[in-house]
Amino acid sequence: MLKINCPICGNRDETEFSCGGEAHIARPIADNKLTDTAFSEYLFMRDNPKGVFLERWCHTSGCRRWFNLARDTISHEIIEIYPMGQTPKTAKGKKAYQANWRRKSKAEAASKPAKRTVK
Amino acid sequence: MANTDLDRGSRALTQKSKRYSIFSLARNAASYHQNWQQAWRHADPKPAYDAVIIGGGGHGLASAYYLASIHGMTNIAVIEKGWLGGGNTGRNTTIIRSNYMWDESAGIYEHALKLWERLSQDLNFNVMFSQRGVLTITHSEHELKGMSRRVHAIRLNGIDSDILTPAEIKKRVPTINISPDIRYPVMGGFLQKRGGTARHDAVAWGYARAADDLGVDIIQNCEVTGLRRNGGQITGIETSKGFIKTPKVGCVVAGHSSVLADMANIRLPIASRPLQALVSEPIKPILDTVIMSNAVHMYISQSDKGEMVLGAGVDKYNSYAQTGSWPVPEHMVAAAVDLFPFLSRLRMLRQWGGIVDTCPDASPIISKTDIKGLYFNCGWGTGGFKSTPGSGHVFADLIAHDRPNSIALPYSLKRFETGYLIDEHGAAGVAH
Ligand SMILES: Cc1cc2nc3c(=O)[nH]c(=O)nc-3n(C[C@H](O)[C@H](O)[C@H](O)COP(=O)(O)OP(=O)(O)OC[C@H]3O[C@@H](n4cnc5c(N)ncnc54)[C@H](O)[C@@H]3O)c2cc1C
Ligand SMILES: [Zn+2]
Repeated sequence: MLKINCPICGNRDETEFSCGGEAHIARPIADNKLTDTAFSEYLFMRDNPKGVFLERWCHTSGCRRWFNLARDTISHEIIEIYPMGQTPKTAKGKKAYQANWRRKSKAEAASKPAKRTVK
Repeated sequence: MANTDLDRGSRALTQKSKRYSIFSLARNAASYHQNWQQAWRHADPKPAYDAVIIGGGGHGLASAYYLASIHGMTNIAVIEKGWLGGGNTGRNTTIIRSNYMWDESAGIYEHALKLWERLSQDLNFNVMFSQRGVLTITHSEHELKGMSRRVHAIRLNGIDSDILTPAEIKKRVPTINISPDIRYPVMGGFLQKRGGTARHDAVAWGYARAADDLGVDIIQNCEVTGLRRNGGQITGIETSKGFIKTPKVGCVVAGHSSVLADMANIRLPIASRPLQALVSEPIKPILDTVIMSNAVHMYISQSDKGEMVLGAGVDKYNSYAQTGSWPVPEHMVAAAVDLFPFLSRLRMLRQWGGIVDTCPDASPIISKTDIKGLYFNCGWGTGGFKSTPGSGHVFADLIAHDRPNSIALPYSLKRFETGYLIDEHGAAGVAH
């Protein structure tokens, strides 16, 4: 059983939380024309590491707030809890963020507005 | 769905001296069982093979067996990092059925069930396949409606399926509580009479022994650590026992599929999650069928040793620790005791978890990849034991011919690009 330290409510049992899966999956924006292969990386393909995993959790039976969590999938050690919209701060968390293949994926590149060249 | 020209590959163990039989039993009894021949050789890896299967679970061993027996590829090896069947094959609750909703699922699971029906004879190994029936119960009006839709779809595929009323269920299973007052009242159910259970270890051992007899090397305690490629072609595998050259690699590693895929820079839609089960202390025979409930995530049967075998739903977060989280079986046991009040007096003997490879549409992946010679068979998630023979049969065909047959075709990785998903979530029952 995990004990998760909700940033708002404090330490609670895992039964109060829902796990939202992989964190930092950016949605490609519409004006970037993606192939079906690239779009499927966003929609279906998942990072599934044996080691440090960055994931989203929601304190469903408490404050109902979402947050990010870096957790080891072998030892279940929680390495870091950090707010939505931010990236990890610890060395292990940062490494896991960089190591994720998604950082180099076409889908993630297409989540930022296409550069418009102003003439 | 008649499939009369199905090649079952029963070509191993043709030498009389090697076969298990009532006579070999008597012969060996006379020498106090000290002279049984080894079931399979202890093989060390050769420098090169025509194909290598990674993963010595039921699916991997079945794939190797059919490659050798049907496709004549005998210069092949199975590489297992631990011991045979030590993954989900040896951890599952062994429910076998083919009553899935979609045509594609009927294709693969019924293919497997047909192979199960004669597997002990084909392998000359008693896999203890017992067609004791699988009864799925429903607990709400909505579930009842969903069930009848499903039952009709199943029947249209020529697969046996009968709807039962609570009274009929009670008649078959006298120990069940059908009172309308319980937390999850029994409102009906459907039965596949040809479904049942088998002995999990025996499946791994039976395939291993038969494959070995045809010349397949079975290499245990050997971990694959890298997949070597040259351009877009696989050239070999790095292992803890050194490099092995091969032009064809089949990955059949269940919960570790993403780890292997990462070695080749391939993306999979898989999440690895713990799935848990437990057994009670052994008791006298009391339950002669399999009962499953999707709504409460519970399934129960009685092993031949007398233990009540109970399985839970999948854990909610990714993990590679083969244990699982306690609230999951706790929830399952509460529902089980409600349905079978006699269970409350039993003590738990063992609890364990296996890491299952869950796929977004709850259907497997049997597929080529963008790398030539690299194939994946995974995504069976919480319910792949039942398909072991069918999965190995079609995967061997895929590897041998480098093209999927009609049963495997819908299970290509490409479906996550085309959107042709085979959604078996609600349809087939949550777990098994
Ligand atoms: C608790 C539980 C209950 C279940 N109940 C049912 C059920 O009732 N009915 C049903 O149909 N299914 C059930 N399942 C699912 C079923 O067990 C699996 O789908 C099926 O057994 C998968 O078989 P496999 O051969 O693909 O995988 P496994 O048996 O897991 O074999 C994979 C093998 O690959 C090896 N491996 C991994 N990485 C490497 C590497 N790098 N190098 C070498 N080898 C490696 C592993 O050690 C392992 O032995 C259950 C699963 C669990 C955990
Ligand atoms: Zn909270």
